[in-house]
Amino acid sequence: MKLLREPYYILLDFLEMLGASGLFLLHLLRYTPHALRRPGLIFQQVFTIGAMSLVLIMVSGLFVGMVLGLQGFNTLSKFASTSMVGTLVALGLLRELGPVITALLFAGRAGTALTSEIGLMRATEQLAGMEMMAVDPVRRIVVPRFLGGVISMPLLVGIFNAVGLLGGYLVGVVLMHIDKGSFWSQIHAHVDFKEDFRSGIIKSLVFGAVATLIAVFEGYYAQPTAEGVSRATTRTVVNTALAVLAVDYLLTAFMY
Amino acid sequence: MKQTRTIEIVTGAFIILGFVALYVIATSATNIGSYGNAKGYVVTAEFNNIGGLKPHAQVTMAGVAIGRVSSIKLDPKSFSAVVTLQIDGHYNEVPDDSAASILTSGLLGEQYIGIDPGGSPDFLKDGSTIQYTQSALVLEKLIGQFFSKATAPGSK
Repeated sequence: MKLLREPYYILLDFLEMLGASGLFLLHLLRYTPHALRRPGLIFQQVFTIGAMSLVLIMVSGLFVGMVLGLQGFNTLSKFASTSMVGTLVALGLLRELGPVITALLFAGRAGTALTSEIGLMRATEQLAGMEMMAVDPVRRIVVPRFLGGVISMPLLVGIFNAVGLLGGYLVGVVLMHIDKGSFWSQIHAHVDFKEDFRSGIIKSLVFGAVATLIAVFEGYYAQPTAEGVSRATTRTVVNTALAVLAVDYLLTAFMY
Repeated sequence: MKQTRTIEIVTGAFIILGFVALYVIATSATNIGSYGNAKGYVVTAEFNNIGGLKPHAQVTMAGVAIGRVSSIKLDPKSFSAVVTLQIDGHYNEVPDDSAASILTSGLLGEQYIGIDPGGSPDFLKDGSTIQYTQSALVLEKLIGQFFSKATAPGSK
């Protein structure tokens, strides 16, 4: 009997979390115009969330591009089509790996920081103190962080893709001696601006919103204890990874 | 105060770096250049079989890319494929008796349209139809023809 009841409760918990985060998103969107009037707060978060993640994103992008270049070269050399390595690296990065890996790294680096920061504010009653002073913590604390995340993600994805392409170029052209001209000409011939580049940017905006929403939501509703904050931080990483992969599937199905 | 200034400078550098990266990717790793020349003219061509031709495939003349396939539809009356070609504005002197063929780049490559120029003094213009077309070679049909000839009575 218990075995039958467990999935039922899991489903209810999932629906409750989905509904609560949807309502929280509406709350955030309602205060977005107010937050836009104080861009200083948002750009402070762009620094914390985006600029501080830069090294991680660049190093990861370089290695992902290099791995794609190496794997592409090994596979395509069997079909005497090594000039297509550039296309493989560019399409792989722009369509999927750039937005998805950046979002996963974002969850680990910036998402956890957001959750623990807001969670600790809750645990140390700073949020309650703000409410006492008639300052809405959602408006003052959460919305600038949410907008900072949404702004930072496409920029991080752009940097990840550019560095990744450089990694593919280093392996393909510099190490494996593919012709430089055919590397770029194949990219130009097969990577479509609208279908590949623009769709990747749309994905990165959506992932930015999803990853930051989950991080601030988990932080805002974290149990105000050390254990509660640590659990919320773990939930941020797990839920963001699952949500990003699920949303990626849906977006890919709609866009391509 | 100094720390705030550093944060502001780093944030500004990050935003500029992000936009530069997006710009570089968009201009050097996509076909955005062909969108700039999109204000050309549109012509159509009917094929009995387009094989694996897809929208966005290249249209070439003497190996030079002069446009792209913008759409492919099936004509409900003739049951042939109507392929719409967007030709760049630079190439506005293509003879109107030119022939369009569906070709394959390499053994495993994708299909594209090759235009062989005719000798007419009139040129293709917006809305023209290419009269002479050659459909894609379908490998299965070729193999079928080969075997039927090889097994026909009297063949060695």
